[in-house]
Order: sequence, then C-alpha cells, then structure tokens
Amino acid sequence: MTLIATPQSQHFAQALPLQSGASLRDYSLSFETYGTLNADKSNAVLICHALNASHHVAGVYAGQDKSEGWWDNMIGPGKPVDTHRFFVIGVNNLGSCFGSTGPMHANPDAPPGSGQVYGADFPVVTVEDWVNAQARLMDVLGIHKLAAVMGGSLGGMQALSWALQYPDRVAHAVVVASAPNLTAENIAFNEVARRAIVTDPDFHGGHFYAHNTVPKRGLRIARMIGHITYLSDDVMNEKFGRKLRDAVLADVAAAQGRPKQGTAPSGGSAVHAVTSVGAYKYTTQDVEFQIESYLRYQGDKFAEYFDANTYLLITRALDYFDPARQYGGDLSKALARATCKFLLVSFTTDWRFAPKRSREMVKALMDNQRDVSYCEIDAPHGHDAFLLDDPRYMGVVRSYFDSVYIEVGVPA
Amino acid sequence: MSNVTTMHAIAELVPPGSRVLDLGCGDGALLAHLQQTRSCTGYGVEIDDANVLACVQRGVNVIQLNLDEGLALFGDASFDVVLQIDTLQHLRNAEVMLRETARVGRVGIVAFPNFAHWPNRLSVLLGRMPVTRRLPYQWYDTPNIRVGTHADLADLANRSGLKVLDSFGLQDGKAVRFAPNLLAGTSVYKLALAR
Repeated sequence: MTLIATPQSQHFAQALPLQSGASLRDYSLSFETYGTLNADKSNAVLICHALNASHHVAGVYAGQDKSEGWWDNMIGPGKPVDTHRFFVIGVNNLGSCFGSTGPMHANPDAPPGSGQVYGADFPVVTVEDWVNAQARLMDVLGIHKLAAVMGGSLGGMQALSWALQYPDRVAHAVVVASAPNLTAENIAFNEVARRAIVTDPDFHGGHFYAHNTVPKRGLRIARMIGHITYLSDDVMNEKFGRKLRDAVLADVAAAQGRPKQGTAPSGGSAVHAVTSVGAYKYTTQDVEFQIESYLRYQGDKFAEYFDANTYLLITRALDYFDPARQYGGDLSKALARATCKFLLVSFTTDWRFAPKRSREMVKALMDNQRDVSYCEIDAPHGHDAFLLDDPRYMGVVRSYFDSVYIEVGVPA
Repeated sequence: MSNVTTMHAIAELVPPGSRVLDLGCGDGALLAHLQQTRSCTGYGVEIDDANVLACVQRGVNVIQLNLDEGLALFGDASFDVVLQIDTLQHLRNAEVMLRETARVGRVGIVAFPNFAHWPNRLSVLLGRMPVTRRLPYQWYDTPNIRVGTHADLADLANRSGLKVLDSFGLQDGKAVRFAPNLLAGTSVYKLALAR
C-alpha cells in the first residue's frame, strides 16, 4: 500500500521568543502527518529533520511516484516506525526553504507594502528554538506527550533537546548518528561552506532575492564539502576510486554498442592504446576523475533548490547546539533533566558524527541512571548510513518501537 | 551457560533491587530475569549484533561495546553488582577486566568454565584437549582464549588486589562447595576491591 502524504501548514500569530533574544512573529510551520492519532493521543511520534530535509518524511505525494519522503525506508505502513501503529509527524523547521517561514518569506517588520523578504534579516534560530516551535505545533494538534521523538544527525540533536526542554512531554528519544555538540573540525567544515556562500558575489550580503540572483557557486561548493564529510573514505574509494570520467563515458558507449571514441583532446594513438584504464586529459580545470563529476553534479543539483540563507542558518544552529555549555561542559549534569528512555545508534565509519560522540551521550545518561540502549552499527557508508537500509539498524529500531508500542497500550 | 538452573543459581547471588552491569550479557536473559524477579535495574554490555537486537527485543538496556576496549564508560562503584558470566575467558585483557569489574561495581560476580573439572583433566591425561557439553569447542576454533581453573582465579584475584567474598563451583545447576576445582564445570567467584 502506498502511503499518500499531504502537506499542511499551521500559522502562529503569537510571537515565538528566540534564544538570541529576538523573536519571530506571524510565522507558519509546514508539516505532514501519517497514521491515526489514537483516542488518548498517546501514539504520536515526532520526526525531526537534519540539514537538507523537510516535513516530507514518508510516503509520496499524490500522482508523483518518485516523491518519496526522506525517511520513507524507516517510516510508513509496516516499516520499523509503523504508521499502522503510530501517528507520525514531520515538521519543517523555521528558517528552512521547504515551506515553513524562512528567509525567502515576507518580513512582517518591513515597511507595509514594500514586499521585502527577510533575507539576511531572518533571526538566528537554534535547535532549542526549533523544539519550542515544534512543541507549539504539538499543542495545536492536542498532543501533550509524545510516545517518541526521533531524529538523525541534526535531527538527533532536536530529539535530545526535546528530552531536556520538555522532559514530561517525551516518553522515548531515538537519537541516531548524532552528537551532544559539534567538534572544532565540524564547525570548521561548516565555516568553509558558509564562507563559500557569503563570498559569492551573487550573495549580496544575504539580500540576493532583491537582486534577482542566486549565489549558486557558493551553494555548490558548500554542498560539495558537505558531501565529502557524509561519506567514508572506503565507500568513496569503492564507489569512485580513481576512476576517470572518460573511462566511464567509454564504458557507457561500449555498453550501448557504439565504438569507443577517444575523448582526450590531444589523444595520439599511443594514448588511445590504454583506453581500457582511461587516458589522462592533463587538464587542471576540466573534470578528470569520476569523484569530481559526482561532487559537481551533487553541487549543481543542490544549488537549484536550496536557499543560501537557510544553509547559513542551519549550519549555525548546528554550531550553537551545546546543552552542556551552561553546565560548564559537564554533559552528565546537562542530561540530568532528561527522564525519558533513550535509544542511541551510531555508525562505525561515520567520522562527521563519530560513535565516540554518541558514547559521550550514553555515558552521561548512564551517569544519571537513565534507561538507555546503544547500538554501534558496523556499516561502511559513513554519516549517510543513517538514511540507508541496514538490516541490523532497521531491526533494532523496529524492535525498539515494538516496545514503545507496548507501552502506549495495544488498543482493544 | 544458557542452562536455566545455572542462570537462577547466579541470580541468587544478586541482592534484590541491585543496580547491575552485565558484561557480555548475551541475549539479555539473565538481566531480564533479574529485573522481573529481583527488581534489579541496569545495563548489559554486548558486542554481538544479534545479541544486541535480542536485548532490545526483550526490553533490556543494552550498550554495544567491545569489552577489550575497557570500561571507561562506567564510573567507579557506579553499580552494586557487575556480572561477568562466561565472559572472562573470551577477553584478551582478562586481568585488567577483572580489576575493572571490581572498580565499577561494589561487588563483582565472575563465572567461567573450570578447566580443572575432572573430565577435562582426564581428557588431557589421555593426550587430548577436552571437548565436553560445557566446553563444546575444538582446540582450534574455541573462543575461550583464556584457559584457567577455579584454583587459578583465586591467585589472579589475590594478585589484582581483589578480596574473595565467596567462591564455589556450579555443576548441573547446583552449588559445589566440596573440591570445586575437581568436581565443578563452572567456577563462580564473588569479588570486591580490597579498599
């Protein structure tokens, strides 16, 4: 059975106070729900998204077969998070570019009639702000307590933050491939990406909408950097290795029954003799290796749909998240507030959000004698693994949600 | 040592309401039993994926960890009881782990196959490594990389500054207090750090 998703929007007139001291007023949140909320409203599961995702978590849009939600392999009818059992909610975060109020929307504080959008004036939002906004949406939906809140990467930070900000409103937190804060290296990657965007002449200090430009060069580079950090060295080598772009084209040509054509610009016959391994073009600016072509493709695709200010905002939210900060860096003290049960999952080859970081959270929870289970999945795919099918990973999440369902109470 | 009577004999050593850390908890059966019958709380530690899944299915808290990497995740005396049931003989750092067990728990309970059990002695006397119900492996594929006896553990405990609170053998689910080094397939020690 195909799950058909229907996006909804909820407007909030009351201003949302933000951690920075600023506030957002007249904002709306895009969201989707799947499954049915039970009579006592105890089977709600909130899914939090990471950098490049949205409220479209599961299912497809009517008439669009290829529009699967970003966690469709995890959530849906009969899936590990089973929408036959749970009422699952996906919310697009503030500042995003997929529907909820963001930098490309009209700024209510601009002179009336000016039609000015926020642009760079969109306030800096944090993980805690997002959680507060999500909690307001739960209020509207009449959900006091979530059976579970779940997220991967930056989404996992939100799940953890829910447990700290609203301890009596969460029964379970599922935190996948996440961290209690970013390392210096992580912030460094984010900063390189941000500089790529900000120094793009088309960025215009974040007010590029008024100039009818899009800082695509910056976005492309930001995405390329991001992509490198989501993969593992092994997976990149296995997928691309040192394969040449031309070798790939020649393979495609051969597969299509056409004669291999020498594509080297100055290819003599001696060079052509080695086409089985591919010939170097001896170029500094053209694509030579397949990995280059892959990264450029990913960058181009991303620059077509993602918003530059959103990228800055979301990476900053990542940088700022640090619940232990107000406890002198003592994560155990910070997590003392959390009372829910936890499942943490990490992946051995994830170097962006390494298992070590998940273990820090596990230790802090155990220091507080909280219920926690932790799985370290030996998967080769790096940070990306949290979005991929792995029977061990899927099995553990499925079993965990089986026990959540038992706690919710099987309806008669 | 999946034997239910053996499991119950070990469980008898754990005071009701204890905070328990079960190192090498397998499928979580012992922890589940302790939770249900003795109101214990705590965590299991396991490295094997299938066992971790089994623990999650049982609703037992499980931490996936390689014990050969140590117990840095656990604070001093953070548990009432640390169990090491049929785990020690698989560990490269058996000596360190014994000390760590006593550091993390107020009491450590260690159980492992006693290689001095008489059928094993007989087998070696006849020139063959023992293959029994308790030690079902051939010498070349056994996961038991630490081969020790009930008597040997007393020495190691002593050397590691651990106090033996109690020790006995287990055979067919029953405690063996007379000549356990000869008459029991399983050796059990209750240890504490000599503070």
